[in-house]
Amino acid sequence: MPRIVVDVMLKPEILDPQGKAIVGALPRLGFTAFSAVRQGKRFELFVDGEVTEEILAQARNAAETMLSNPVIEDVVNVEVVAD
Amino acid sequence: MTETPLIGGATLAPVDSRLAGARIGVVTFPGTLDDRDAARAVRASGATPVSLWHADTTLGDVDAVVIPGGFSYGDYLRAGAIARFAPLMGQIVDAANSSAKLPVLGICNGFQILTEAHLLPGSMIKNDHLKFLCRDQVLRVENNSTAWTNAYAAGAEITIPLKNQDGQYIADEKTLDALEAEGRVAFRYVGTNPNGSRRDIAGISNAAGNVVGLMPHPEHAIENGYGPGHTGTDGLGFFTSVLNTLLGGK
Repeated sequence: MPRIVVDVMLKPEILDPQGKAIVGALPRLGFTAFSAVRQGKRFELFVDGEVTEEILAQARNAAETMLSNPVIEDVVNVEVVAD
Repeated sequence: MTETPLIGGATLAPVDSRLAGARIGVVTFPGTLDDRDAARAVRASGATPVSLWHADTTLGDVDAVVIPGGFSYGDYLRAGAIARFAPLMGQIVDAANSSAKLPVLGICNGFQILTEAHLLPGSMIKNDHLKFLCRDQVLRVENNSTAWTNAYAAGAEITIPLKNQDGQYIADEKTLDALEAEGRVAFRYVGTNPNGSRRDIAGISNAAGNVVGLMPHPEHAIENGYGPGHTGTDGLGFFTSVLNTLLGGK
């Protein structure tokens, strides 16, 4: 079943407290190579049948209006994944 | 609406019975926690609480609306994000923006819902220290001319409970400057900033002053024996303010 993947990230200028907590914990497990972490969200929208341009436009609209809050987040990726 | 039964069956002090004609809606979403306390606060002020359900498609004949705290829809997606699309929210947004200027108060999760619904600017993210914080919080009343703050003296300091994890108010600098310039910062945290909120902002209003949102909980500080320090009733002023507004006093 084809999926539309939507990736949402906090805007770069917004402090990500969860990412900060993760980067603080990584060295405790020996992962010392990482200087910063930012945590985002991935949505997978499943489509019955073919992903048309109209359906993709709907997904982009949903990504901008519901899946993300433009005050704090950016939609960084909308793509079709065929299995 | 059923109110939380109180230990010892404490009864509310009698209030001017003429106020009971004012009908204040209290919204319940799946996951709302504080609707009963909000209803009791409405009654303590003398008005009549009216239960509103998220799936309702009409506001009925309420004169004002309180959107209480809790975790509507489990805070899934983002705090308040799904509640925003509930049928009742469309009614509330239209009524708040109409010429009738329906007074709307959003408390905690209710504030988050109002930002998601674009009735108020900005947004809330996780507290900067990442922890759920519950404590009595001192606030300064920065604007006492809104529908929900006119019973307070300008600059008054009040103590009401604060309890949240996503309480850090943020907005871009331009929005913050505009809020300050227009006097729309309704409340600021006094003392240590509890969550990293920009400019110590605890609550804001819309331009018309009929819509107010804040993170701390006035409805938990309305009756002797149960508020901060067991005697604090500083939150009652929110609910008497809206009666002033509705009765044309302010």
